[in-house]
Amino acid sequence: MRAPDAILPLRAEGLGFAAGGVAVLHDVSLTLAAGPPTLILGPNGAGKSVLLRLLHGLLAPSAGAVRWGGPAADPRRHQAMVFQRPVLLRRSVLANLRYPLALAGLDRAEQDRRAAEALALVGLAPLADRPARKLSGGEQQRLALARAAALRPEVLFLDEPCASLDPAATGAVEQIIQALAARGTKLVMTTHDLGQARRLAGEIAFLHRGRLLEHTPAARFFAGPATAEAAAFLRGELIW
Amino acid sequence: MLRRLLLLALLASPLPLAAQDRHITVASTTSTEQSGLFGHILPIFTRETGITVRVVALGTGQALDVGRRGDADVVFVHDRVAEQRFVTEGHGLARQHVMFNDFVIVGPEGDPAGITGSRDTAAALKRIAEANAPFISRGDRSGTHAAELRLWQQAGVDPATGRGGWYREIGQGMGPTLNTAAAQGAYALTDRGTWLSFRNRQGLGIVVEGDARLFNQYGVMLVNPQRHPHVKQAEGQRFIDWITSPAGQAAIAGYKINGEQLFFPNAAQAEPGG
Amino acid sequence: MNDLHSAVAQAISLVAAADPTLAQIVLLSLRVSLTAVLLAALVGLPLGALLAVARFPGRGAVVAMLNALMGLPPVVAGLLIYLLLSRAGPLGALGLLFTPTAMIIAQAVLVAPILAALTRQVMEGLWEEYAEQLRSFGASPARAVPTLLWDGRFALLTVLLAGFGRASAEVGAVMIVGGNIEGFTRVMTTAIALETSKGDLPLALALGLVLMTIVLAVNALAQGLRDRGLRLA
Repeated sequence: MRAPDAILPLRAEGLGFAAGGVAVLHDVSLTLAAGPPTLILGPNGAGKSVLLRLLHGLLAPSAGAVRWGGPAADPRRHQAMVFQRPVLLRRSVLANLRYPLALAGLDRAEQDRRAAEALALVGLAPLADRPARKLSGGEQQRLALARAAALRPEVLFLDEPCASLDPAATGAVEQIIQALAARGTKLVMTTHDLGQARRLAGEIAFLHRGRLLEHTPAARFFAGPATAEAAAFLRGELIW
Repeated sequence: MLRRLLLLALLASPLPLAAQDRHITVASTTSTEQSGLFGHILPIFTRETGITVRVVALGTGQALDVGRRGDADVVFVHDRVAEQRFVTEGHGLARQHVMFNDFVIVGPEGDPAGITGSRDTAAALKRIAEANAPFISRGDRSGTHAAELRLWQQAGVDPATGRGGWYREIGQGMGPTLNTAAAQGAYALTDRGTWLSFRNRQGLGIVVEGDARLFNQYGVMLVNPQRHPHVKQAEGQRFIDWITSPAGQAAIAGYKINGEQLFFPNAAQAEPGG
Repeated sequence: MNDLHSAVAQAISLVAAADPTLAQIVLLSLRVSLTAVLLAALVGLPLGALLAVARFPGRGAVVAMLNALMGLPPVVAGLLIYLLLSRAGPLGALGLLFTPTAMIIAQAVLVAPILAALTRQVMEGLWEEYAEQLRSFGASPARAVPTLLWDGRFALLTVLLAGFGRASAEVGAVMIVGGNIEGFTRVMTTAIALETSKGDLPLALALGLVLMTIVLAVNALAQGLRDRGLRLA
């Protein structure tokens, strides 16, 4: 039985995207279902971030379509996204948490309940009243995660959330990501960090030069990729 | 923060000023305002009647325009020809004499036209033109400007021929005209009241005075309430009645700078046909 | 040099004597200019922020027009308001000409384009940073406007100060629509113009020094608020 407000599965059908006449994504089709995290893997410039933004609806595709297969009337309300550089409002930590909840139409009591829960999840409860932009880089990304989690999305998009963080902060963020996945949130995350992909992935979507070359369970991908490009990438060779 | 600044602005703007319920607006000339006459007589009027007078000081032409548009209750200016036209065109009610003062011609220390001490305005102006000596004109359709143009006509000189050279029209009030004359070492026509209260004289001094043609009559009239129903007829008429009454006339005569009387009341002389 | 000396001395003695006439003129100046900036802000800030986030046909023309209006001569703004408020004009029945309210309206008209144009510039930078995240939250451009205004509040304080500077320094508009009526619509700038035309240059300059001191004080106050706020947010 699926919940009446479910949005998955997500189907990308022949997605293409061009910016300024230059095609950065070609004919990407894939289906994402509920389950373990999907990691979008590939070298820099492969089109990972663009694909994520197309799936989330921040960009409009120049070809193809994104379709949400669940019964929910408004799929946008059931997804959230965390960016490589957290975009925090110039307000307190708590106000940052409340902002999207208020936008979603939740009453003040519910906002406070969810904010407190999210703060506890990321371990920032003692900093609730601090100006958000005065936090350290790792704390800022944890706050961005908490803010997304408080929305209780069915799907959470993460665009290289640890790319600007040191190993300790990366560890803290990965722990939160795993907790969210354990809670049943479908994670769709880009990374170019193989180690991180091995630690987190349930399945891998491998992008190369704007094309989706593989979409397989993580274990099979790491055991023996089907394409020469993926094999080279796994060996740590420079591919482009 | 921001909110506090907004609050400050709000607090600072409770709208009406207290105790200004009964007031009239008088469009008048810079000469009456800047000579300090109003500062002397209006408090006396307000004390006697409880009516506050708001004076908008402009050139006579502009002041009459303000009356014509209905933006004042009373007009108090000095250009008889223009005032008569204002009344005959139906913009104002009966014009009355109030007072007169006189114009003087002021000039620089060296007196390049050699007219110091003259009592013949026409001859003096002719000499200025012949000497190509700089002359600053108001050029602003004011009563003083109108008087100046009449004086040139009497002198048989067309000052327009001196444009771009010795004849300089600045299109401003009496004060700026005197400032300019002082700065450029030029001649100028001014009313005596403004001259006496003017501070920035530098080398400027009176060169011609005492000619009957330099006589400067002030008149007062109510803006026609038939045309502009919002005109405060009762209060405006009260002001006109007062300023032409013995009390008002005495107040005018009582205004002096350095012991010198500036304005000479003459309301008793009826205006023919007014 | 003598005039300058005497101006400074006169300015000090004017302030020291707490001259009630001067105090009234100063208070009216502040009241008119601050209220005008407040009114202009109610229109100009949201308009500027909306222009920063919205994309519509003709937007470029609107932006160019706002930028041009920043250079609107005060006398022209004054004349427009004069013709509107005159008894012979369309709003004559209100009887507002030659009142402080008329002066506030004229200065607000003068300041609003400045606030809108500067706000747009400030907000565009902020929007660039926020756009994706706010759209991810499902915020419409109209909903983004108050968010941007609040988050840009400290930068906007500088924008408001620019507007206040323009309002408190202008003489052309308040002279025309206020009439420089003693004790009623006389403000610092029109008083300065009057004393200048009376040839009392030291007094005019002294008033100018007082005006500059007041503007400086308002700026320092705002700067202090801004610095304190920035430390906290």
